[in-house]
Amino acid sequence: MDNNKDNSKFCSCDTKFQAFPLMNFSHSYPSSDIFSTTGKLEFRDRFDHFLARMGIDRMNHVVKPGLYKLGDPDKTSDIIVSANYKLSFDSVRDSLQHIDCYILVLDTKGINVWCAAGKGTFGTDELVKRIRLAELTKRVEHRRLIVPQLGAPGISAHEVFNRSGFKVEYGPIKASDLPEYLNERKTTPEMRKVKFPLKDRLILIPIELSHLLLPTIVLTLILYFFAGPLASLAVITTVLAGTVLFPTLLPFIPTSDFTTKGFILGIIVAIPFSILYLTDPNTSPGASILGSIIPLLIIPSVTAYITLNFTGATPLTSKSGVKKEIYRYIPILAFMGGAGIILLLLLGTLSFLEVI
Amino acid sequence: MFNSYLENTLEYYPENCINCHRCIQVCPHNVFTEGNDHVKLTNPTSCIECGACAQNCPNEAIKVEAGVGCAWAMIRAALKGKEMDSGECGCDDDGKSCC
Ligand code: SF4
Ligand code: SF4
Repeated sequence: MDNNKDNSKFCSCDTKFQAFPLMNFSHSYPSSDIFSTTGKLEFRDRFDHFLARMGIDRMNHVVKPGLYKLGDPDKTSDIIVSANYKLSFDSVRDSLQHIDCYILVLDTKGINVWCAAGKGTFGTDELVKRIRLAELTKRVEHRRLIVPQLGAPGISAHEVFNRSGFKVEYGPIKASDLPEYLNERKTTPEMRKVKFPLKDRLILIPIELSHLLLPTIVLTLILYFFAGPLASLAVITTVLAGTVLFPTLLPFIPTSDFTTKGFILGIIVAIPFSILYLTDPNTSPGASILGSIIPLLIIPSVTAYITLNFTGATPLTSKSGVKKEIYRYIPILAFMGGAGIILLLLLGTLSFLEVI
Repeated sequence: MFNSYLENTLEYYPENCINCHRCIQVCPHNVFTEGNDHVKLTNPTSCIECGACAQNCPNEAIKVEAGVGCAWAMIRAALKGKEMDSGECGCDDDGKSCC
């Protein structure tokens, strides 16, 4: 769009500071800053989304908090509340391309609505503060705000009303349902139900992978030199099972618990390694048996641990349930993993000493 | 077996409910549904303890120990010797797609 030479932190968003000469305004006109934006996403917006998804420069995908006009809103136009995470803000403006409205961006420290609501930064205090700072009472005649439903854990609608006079209406979970919502003025049960479709699950893969990249490379190399290429392939397989297979197949894997789902996947991918070690003609019977037990102990315990840690990235798990999973399974996983590592070291030592 | 999500901390006191439907509007898992004099707690086991209903109930008809169901944050808290419930969400963003 325009040559936005703002500072680097906000460079990628389409916001242009509107230089209103203050003296032109009558007394009642708000004097606070207001930004303009468009409903059109540019290439660099999409590139920024890509970087955010890849986990690159994670905390810098931010938008300046404050009030934005989209199109040409007037005193009756709707005000839609969003977070200052670029992906959140862009999904709102993208879905409202041809609608004149305001977007009130809360300062959530660059975090999306759901996570920020859980932390409380997308919260009652911040909303009331932004209503005041943006001087909304002077800009619009009505007293309604549309807040995304996933922001509700941080917002207390009646408290916002008592403190600001604005009535919170909860809009749809997905920004793409906003136009329909604005027509109908109510959300359908379908719109209100959080879903976790394949696309949303796949989008998490790069970030999950990036968390595990370094330990994976280190372990792959170590095992390559000390235990051979098959062992380093097992490391890569384990990590891919936990980070790629698991989110892809999530709804189809039996059992409800994330740990047991991951454990099942782990067993499935461990079996081929177990068989390969067992049937390896170049090793002694003792080494073959030890070698075939080790993957069955280590791989499932690691995939199960990775998938348990996936709980936080889904909108599906309660804290009570996750806690129960931790207490139930972590001791078993630790025991299995520990036993596997001890056997691995034993096998290494015995082979080195040429005992087996 | 293998379902740790059958119990949670959600408590509903229908006698306090003024049937305003706020909880129905905010719940992302359709835990509450419409009823005659008060809303019905239809799917209690689907609750993920996000706390939205309790935060927005104007008449204290709902109680829940709200928190984030994130194993990583809890394990990290436990390793640091803190309460598992300390509530700190460890990651700064997991790129979850919401608006
Ligand atoms: S928000 Fe509270 S008062 Fe309103 S319907 Fe739900 S339980 Fe009843
Ligand atoms: S805590 Fe969240 S998931 Fe549970 S009933 Fe309330 S709104 Fe629904």
